[in-house]
Amino acid sequence: MIVQAQKARFTEPLRLRSGAVLPAYEIAYETYGTLNAQRSNAVLVCHALNASHHVAGSYAGEPDSLGWWDNMVGPGKPLDTDRFFVVGSNYIGSCFGSTGPASPNPATGRPWGADFPVVTVEDWVAAQAQLADRLGIERFAAVMGGSLGAMQALQWTLSYPGRVRHAIVIAATPRLSAQNIAFNEVARQAIMTDPDFHGGHYYDKGVVPVRGLRIARMIGHITYLSDDAMMEKFGRALRGKNGPRFDFDVDFEIESYLRYQGDKFSTYFDANTYLRITKALDYYDPAADYGGDLSAAFARAEADFLVVSFTSDWRFTSQRSREIVRALLDNRRVVSYLENDAPQGHDAFLLDDARYHGALRAYFGNIPL
Amino acid sequence: MTETEVIAGWIAPKSRVLDLGCGNGTLLRHLWDKRQAPGYGVEIDDAHVLECIRNDVNVLQMDLEDGLAAFADRSFDTVILSETLQAIHRQEPLLRDMLRVGREAVVSFPNFGYWRARIQIALAGHMPVSRELPYQWYDTPNVHHCTLVDFEALCAKLDMRILERVVLRQGTRVSVLPNLLGSTALYRVTA
Repeated sequence: MIVQAQKARFTEPLRLRSGAVLPAYEIAYETYGTLNAQRSNAVLVCHALNASHHVAGSYAGEPDSLGWWDNMVGPGKPLDTDRFFVVGSNYIGSCFGSTGPASPNPATGRPWGADFPVVTVEDWVAAQAQLADRLGIERFAAVMGGSLGAMQALQWTLSYPGRVRHAIVIAATPRLSAQNIAFNEVARQAIMTDPDFHGGHYYDKGVVPVRGLRIARMIGHITYLSDDAMMEKFGRALRGKNGPRFDFDVDFEIESYLRYQGDKFSTYFDANTYLRITKALDYYDPAADYGGDLSAAFARAEADFLVVSFTSDWRFTSQRSREIVRALLDNRRVVSYLENDAPQGHDAFLLDDARYHGALRAYFGNIPL
Repeated sequence: MTETEVIAGWIAPKSRVLDLGCGNGTLLRHLWDKRQAPGYGVEIDDAHVLECIRNDVNVLQMDLEDGLAAFADRSFDTVILSETLQAIHRQEPLLRDMLRVGREAVVSFPNFGYWRARIQIALAGHMPVSRELPYQWYDTPNVHHCTLVDFEALCAKLDMRILERVVLRQGTRVSVLPNLLGSTALYRVTA
């Protein structure tokens, strides 16, 4: 499937949860399939931390540019683009096309840098609703996401209850735990204490806080994999054939892997974006306005739900998903819950476990158009 | 008369149903179609969960052995445990939990006191294998068999009141010597 990224520009200011106002903004997005005449077959796919609107397919002349969820979305895939019109939308604050910290600040003409406001899941959903209006989608057949994307799917059912028929919420949590926030804070500290960070105004200096980004990514990667998956993949294997080196260069394969992932990430991801996304994760807590009562928070929701968790996910554990299920049951929502025992940890939501994909395929098959 | 028909007869129209060990969701589908009763199923088996999703019934993949903490007190009219009691390790806490979550419970199980089962043990000297109990002793999911007498004694111990009992043999209702002549027992109970 050959696809093309597009951009939509919005000049109506976006008032953010923080109180800040984004005077104008662009959203990068892609669409796959065709919106039917009744406009009843649209599915919004929300992305997680380091992904983008490029959900599926590849760009012309770039066969290696496969979308991040290409095993899930496409012709004949579980989310079948022969039947559904799928929209992938890049969130505000990203470094992959939507307006973000590296975009020019209209007030100065220079990159926003540290002055780009802190954005939240609620803000992203509000912006996506503008995009939906632009595309002529009054009501989504489904809004779907994994991890941070799942938070957006949840929030859609709360911000716009009448605009979502089904929410597919994968590897989710209704709020980060203190431990989750702690990992994010270590990642942010790695970035902010990098001498090349310059308080977030590093664009002007022609440098990138590479060291901080590397460490942030290494920390993230540890939390995405289960202990078992990491042991299975790397074990205690050494790089060298002659035993340990007795120095501080790369000894273990896992060290090599983390360094490689960190290096790769630091070449394409923006540090200011990373700070903001982790904050968006930390702040998300729809129950906060209801005294911590998630059931009360979901009283507004009207959608049907499919919730999926992975038992090896220690970042957002199955227990967190069961809290969501409980809140939905308390509100008598139509809900199914899949608890998959794929061993890979949080990242399992991106992999193609046959039971997981089979269930998604069956679920989408039953969504009437 | 099938088990499904007996159970459906005990479910008031539009009542809220929780089916524990719901298999492929056939009963839930039936209750929705015939009684407009919205239900949720609990099932642990991957293949069954997938069939439930195909059947478009609400299914929650959870282990009954972990209890029913996912469900609020009195959140259902009827909690059903159909042909699953004998596969549970700890029946007492589950039965108690069923009547915490539901106003009423429906329990059905293969009667181990059925005469064919008795004969297989008493005369042939081997564990019963039958239409209702198709497993060999070494590959059965069933861990705790019981008879009508046993189950009713447990109900008494747990202060569960038996509202109705139906005993079946090959689709026919058995009223004479049910513990001997019935192969399947169904109970409607309350706290």
